[in-house]
Amino acid sequence: MRIQYNFAFLDEGSKREIRRATLKAIAIPGYQVPFASRELPVGRGWGTGGLQLTLSLIGKNDVLKVIDQGSDESVNAVSIKKLIDRTTGVPSVDDTEAATLIQSRHRIPEVPLKPDQILVLQVPMPEPLRMYESSELETKRLHGENDYSGAWLMLFEQIMKYRSVSTGADHPVSVHDRYVMAPSPIPKFDNPKMHYSDALILLGAGREKKIYAVPPYTKVISMAFDDVPFEPETFNGHSCKICGAKDTFMDELYDQVADETYYQCNDTSYCLERLNQQAENKVLKEEVIS
Amino acid sequence: MGYVAVKGGTQAIEQSLLRLQYERLRSGKVLEVEAIEAGMRGLVDQVMSESSLYSEELAALAIKQAEGNPEEAVFLLRAYRSTLPRKHYSKSVNSDEMRVERRISASFKDIPGGQILGASTDYSHRLLDFDLIDETESTIEHWLQEFNQVEENGEGQETATQVGFVPKVLDYLRQEGLIADCPVDFSEPDDVTRTSLTFPASRSEKLQILTRGQTGALTSLAYAVIRGYGMVHPTVGELRVGLLPVYIDSPLYPSDDEAESYFIGDIKVTEVEMLVPAMIERENGQKELNLEFGYGLCYGQNETKAIAMSILDKSLEQGDKTIPTQNEEFVLFHIDSVESTGFISHLKMPHYVTFQAKLNDVRKTRKEG
Repeated sequence: MRIQYNFAFLDEGSKREIRRATLKAIAIPGYQVPFASRELPVGRGWGTGGLQLTLSLIGKNDVLKVIDQGSDESVNAVSIKKLIDRTTGVPSVDDTEAATLIQSRHRIPEVPLKPDQILVLQVPMPEPLRMYESSELETKRLHGENDYSGAWLMLFEQIMKYRSVSTGADHPVSVHDRYVMAPSPIPKFDNPKMHYSDALILLGAGREKKIYAVPPYTKVISMAFDDVPFEPETFNGHSCKICGAKDTFMDELYDQVADETYYQCNDTSYCLERLNQQAENKVLKEEVIS
Repeated sequence: MGYVAVKGGTQAIEQSLLRLQYERLRSGKVLEVEAIEAGMRGLVDQVMSESSLYSEELAALAIKQAEGNPEEAVFLLRAYRSTLPRKHYSKSVNSDEMRVERRISASFKDIPGGQILGASTDYSHRLLDFDLIDETESTIEHWLQEFNQVEENGEGQETATQVGFVPKVLDYLRQEGLIADCPVDFSEPDDVTRTSLTFPASRSEKLQILTRGQTGALTSLAYAVIRGYGMVHPTVGELRVGLLPVYIDSPLYPSDDEAESYFIGDIKVTEVEMLVPAMIERENGQKELNLEFGYGLCYGQNETKAIAMSILDKSLEQGDKTIPTQNEEFVLFHIDSVESTGFISHLKMPHYVTFQAKLNDVRKTRKEG
């Protein structure tokens, strides 16, 4: 038996079902829409939620970009691109601006997103209240009743214990003054990029079977207290060793030979673009001088 | 290079896949899909059951590709399953129609139709059979010839290859008034592969997730139930293994008439009806013992799994959420092979960004603390 796979892997009925859930998610910003998540040929917990969104949305004219941990070349990004290319024939690009569909794990690109772009985020834990409430039935009720006292209490307790919040890369946000949402594990640094974003942001959790969305131009506020304001990650005046950027999210790396720590842009395509720009400027300058 | 989020991922993956292929082929032996289907019945049945896809051939192919790793084989089949449009729902299958090849009751020795041991490892001594090292197709042929000879002569013994209809043990008990009558539930079952699970879960949802569950996970949790987390000792009312016919309605003229529907094939299943003693309290505070039952059904011959399923079914029905094995969210969310291995294995992926963010928080608490 020889088998031909359908365009974008899933059968048309499944894709339509996922698109319907997506439309509902867009209509109710921040609300987690349950959907019958399908098993995919990549690990459940390796981005199947994002992948189902991408596969249900992608068309032959799309330009795809996939990043993982800020890198286009990271093994998981490569593997996902390979699967999409193999089942759709849609080629992928590194250039954020050229892409119409961007699937990402753990980062929002540094380049501001545009109105005709869709950002798909892979989400491991969509439930922002799971930290203090393990029951799904109970968290659903809490969302319904707009009862987020637990989330506030969690932040308050962290401040009491550590004098600052320690939500790591999953700081809860309030969307459109209604639902509290887990912004996927993007660092706090990226949270403000969702606020009145020009692009549609879709979040998919395959294993937990939820789709949710931040429609364009929607208010997204990171939860914080008046006297302890929200604080994204800071890199204490460090700059990228490659391109010199100071205002990006950076990876902390260790140089064994020189025995020293250095920093580098996490978003590799942004870093490369800056580098190209600098080289171009240098050439231009030299041309002017000569 | 490669695994780290810098250039080189593509090449690294290609080399890794090449290496994987090499590990499968290095001995220079070809494992035939047909041979797996014929000789690895236990694994084929387990993989089909956890994949909820009934195809011995595809399961054998998946096992070959996965180098015999069941979780990987289940993963392959489940992913393949996602590409199949759902065209039909079968008519309800009535397990009374099972062509039984094995059925035992641990509750009653004298049951209508008798106990049929069938093919079972239960009473085999688990001694390594070193003769199997030298087994060849000609020795098998010889053995088969002899076996068939005995079969044809019918030498006084009922043989393993016979199948037939037998009444249900529990029906007999019901007629005797020993257990409560169980009304047939005619409501449309929910399909867990097409809608997301909500709580409280319907019984059809619970049973589906249990039957798709990972054999090992189910066994562990059921073991916990009978070892100290919930229930007293249950007894197997009836365990039966056999073939069930599956029918679908005519797509053009759906009707309730049996004669109008199409037979699309047999599936081999294991079915367990478990008797569980339960305390019931009467109005005046008097306590009374009652026999209730749990149900288990899964693809193939997976007896431990079907028994575990029947125990967990009853445990979930009891539903005291302070006991983990009676908490439906705890059990149903955690027994799926693809979901649990997927999330555990995702820990192998890079977590640089999340870890950098956490590092930032840790440093902040140190500095300001």
